[in-house]
Amino acid sequence: MSGPTLLKESGPREVFCGLTSIVWLHRRMPDAFFLVVGSRTCAHLIQSAAGVMIFAEPRFGTAILNERDLAGLADAQEELDRVSKELLQRRPEIRTLFLVGSCPSEVIKLDLARAAERLSDELRGRVRVVNYSGSGIETTFTQGEDGALAALVPFLPSSDERQLLLVGTLADPVEDRLIHLFNKLDINKIKSLPPRQSTDLPSVGPGTTVLLTQPYLTTTARLLKDRGARVLTAPFPLGAEGSRRWMETAARDFEVNQTQIDSVLTPLMERAQIALAPHREVLKGKRIFLLPESQLELPLARFLHRECGMELVEVGTPYLNRDQMAEELALLPEGTPVMEGQHVELQLDRVRKSQPDLVVCGMGLANPLEAEGIATKWSIELVFSPIHGIDQAGELAELFSRPLRRHQLLAH
Amino acid sequence: MELTLWTYEGPPHVGAMRIAASMKGVHYVLHAPQGDTYADLLFTMIERRGKRPPVTYTTFQARDLGGDTAELVKRHIREAVERFKPDALLVGESCTAELIQDQPGALAGGMGFDLPIVSLELPAYSKKENWGASETLYQLVRGLLKNHGAAAEGHDPTRWKEAGRRPRVNLIGPSLLGFRCRDDVIEISRLLASHGIDVNTVVPLEATVADIMRLPEADLNVCLYAEIAESCCSWMERQFGIPFTRTMPIGVGATADFLAETHNLLGMEAPDAREGEQSSKLPWYSASVDSTYLTGKRVFIFGDGSHVLAAARIANEELGFQVVGIGTYSREMARPVRAAAKALGLEALISDDYLAVEAAMAEAVPELVLGTQMERHSAKRLGIPCAVISTPMHVQDVPARFSPQMGWEGANVIFDSWVHPLMMGLEEHLIGMFRHDFEFVDGHQSHLGHLGGLQSAQVEEAPAAIADSATQTEGSAEGSAVAVATASLEWTVDGEAELKKIPFFVRGKVRRNTEAFAKEKGLIRIDSETLYDAKAHYSA
Repeated sequence: MSGPTLLKESGPREVFCGLTSIVWLHRRMPDAFFLVVGSRTCAHLIQSAAGVMIFAEPRFGTAILNERDLAGLADAQEELDRVSKELLQRRPEIRTLFLVGSCPSEVIKLDLARAAERLSDELRGRVRVVNYSGSGIETTFTQGEDGALAALVPFLPSSDERQLLLVGTLADPVEDRLIHLFNKLDINKIKSLPPRQSTDLPSVGPGTTVLLTQPYLTTTARLLKDRGARVLTAPFPLGAEGSRRWMETAARDFEVNQTQIDSVLTPLMERAQIALAPHREVLKGKRIFLLPESQLELPLARFLHRECGMELVEVGTPYLNRDQMAEELALLPEGTPVMEGQHVELQLDRVRKSQPDLVVCGMGLANPLEAEGIATKWSIELVFSPIHGIDQAGELAELFSRPLRRHQLLAH
Repeated sequence: MELTLWTYEGPPHVGAMRIAASMKGVHYVLHAPQGDTYADLLFTMIERRGKRPPVTYTTFQARDLGGDTAELVKRHIREAVERFKPDALLVGESCTAELIQDQPGALAGGMGFDLPIVSLELPAYSKKENWGASETLYQLVRGLLKNHGAAAEGHDPTRWKEAGRRPRVNLIGPSLLGFRCRDDVIEISRLLASHGIDVNTVVPLEATVADIMRLPEADLNVCLYAEIAESCCSWMERQFGIPFTRTMPIGVGATADFLAETHNLLGMEAPDAREGEQSSKLPWYSASVDSTYLTGKRVFIFGDGSHVLAAARIANEELGFQVVGIGTYSREMARPVRAAAKALGLEALISDDYLAVEAAMAEAVPELVLGTQMERHSAKRLGIPCAVISTPMHVQDVPARFSPQMGWEGANVIFDSWVHPLMMGLEEHLIGMFRHDFEFVDGHQSHLGHLGGLQSAQVEEAPAAIADSATQTEGSAEGSAVAVATASLEWTVDGEAELKKIPFFVRGKVRRNTEAFAKEKGLIRIDSETLYDAKAHYSA
């Protein structure tokens, strides 16, 4: 088979767990609260990954299990009721409460579904309580969002209406822009999951076309399919090319003619080339090594190679869903090593041996690599930055050219 | 279960990581799922370390749980030993692994390695980070030295005299993610050297296994950070008879006491009591007329136990502040902090709930907050100046410049870093006062950004999330720290106008006092006269 070379390895990993996605999910839905049922480690992880400090009372927290809970001296279900009610009393504006499973809660098999159901019944009409797992023994980083969205799918109202459903968290301005562009393509009925208000859940049904904005939403996509929606397969909207093909795929599904597609998107593509040009100057011919973390690695590699002229040394990914990634894999150059899973020590050996110009990695590894003289880009920044869409291609490229420019500046 | 929105301390295995990462040649195999690898960023991002912490995580997954996780642990131990070739190995587990009971320490012990292996049992569901660091240091030192020949009876801390050498001490406790430890070690080493005392070894910061083996060669142990070092120092006292110092040398008085204690234990002549005045600028700066305005400044103190105790003493004895609130998140240090509070006529707040701390802060109406980075944020919301005195660490607590807390230079640093925010607070008042003068340049920026002066200092996150917290009630539009229900009281236009003339940083207190006074007198309306009546009442 032609195309990239698919490889696998296992060993010690250096990745976040699914709890981390709470960091952007809670900002997307200001009327939702994420209550992790776990340990002090979980609480410490989220506050550390969220960056430094909290400026106001956060909309996430942890119900920390203690020895009484583990020894069975306290009834876990009663404790969950007590803590949830304490929280909701404190925060009367909360409309959706996510009970989020963690490694310890999964290992002791704490039944969060039962708790969610009971609390939902009790609080009917005021607060919806749902549950999912963000545990690190089952999920990696961005997969937490998949879990959270999948937990909402059963609550989406049914509708046969013809509509486009964008699935996956986007920065609000980026989402507005994409909706504006779809409107120009005469696709006017557009909803988002997650919505900006947790109570404003989109409908779903046979008339719904699902377009995934992020590559890590496998379970959510499957559940939406089960609800009758058609889930499109397209490259992901990172970079001008990917974003164009992503929009085109939706437009074709809505039977928009090619002339109209071209008239809306071609000028954007031309403008994107102008925005990309200075970054391509910096990135062209440079060698990049992507360590697995955010699951955005494949689309990013495709963008950096095809639109920025970078050479791909190795593309890591925490896990590979070949169906969902088929279009991305097809666009990667022949023989690109795509490494699923991780043995962080062996991978760092390969980084050192190959001496790439830029490494995409997690925050635990960035400064140590910088200290060895290797420029890095933190993967977590990519999930916080508005990088989706044709108009954002320049910004996306800039995230990669900046560390290289900085290295050049400091060298002189 | 305990609802926690934010935590001052991480789990105990992070404490163990602090010890391992502080040292050289020690590796830590941690049986833990992949998410726990986040802890690396505490060292690489917050401390800006150019090295990964020496930790191998087993990163077991759900699918491993059905199979042989013990084998997985052994594989990671084997790989770590082969790759990193440590001089000593720590083996332990995080919260999740504790539940599956693979006993990685015992597994490692049975693998036939020819190196010291210390098995760590750190109960994740009842203990926290500082305890974990303390226990790890103790277990490591004990594990390496338990077969050491030195006997408790044989130790004489004055033996250096007959041996014809300078006395030597160990500095115990400085670690990564500890508050200003790097600079404290430099300052205290320098201070001791100036008194003819050598540092035998520093543990754990930058220590090797060989350094630990040399611990018993010292005449005296200096317990720099009680939270982390005390159990280790106590063990060495029991095992080898090495006494240890109890005074944390933060502040001029405490540094002098520390020197006196050290000299006494080592059988040296007491040092000159005036050394502090000569060596630190704090005493003179505090005595100078410019500092008169510091008199009786109300200060609220919160942080880890040892830094809080030190801060209370400095505030009270060296700067002439009035301590109006004191507390700690370290339950292990509750007793001494309670005692210190009692001596100040206060009740200590022992809590790891930052919202309870914020509420206590608002209640105490301080003019300066000495706290952690979290109190800095709370104080900012309440419009109160703040200086940071304690962990948890933030990237800003690892300054590029030399910035110790201990010793004479530490006292200088403390004077500047506490008084500076107070000055800025005063400046805010002046900006507000002159705002209406025609000479005042519109758009004058205060250190709070363009919202300075009388404007809201609440700039961080939209307050929508803080439905019933103190910050919203007053809108902190007056930089006020109070949120008292005023349902039955009404301020007249003339009363409000008079209130506005009062500097913003005491206005909250005046408002609160006046309303309490009005209620007491059964008044419903508060006018300027009521305000003056209340003023007279409270100053009487």
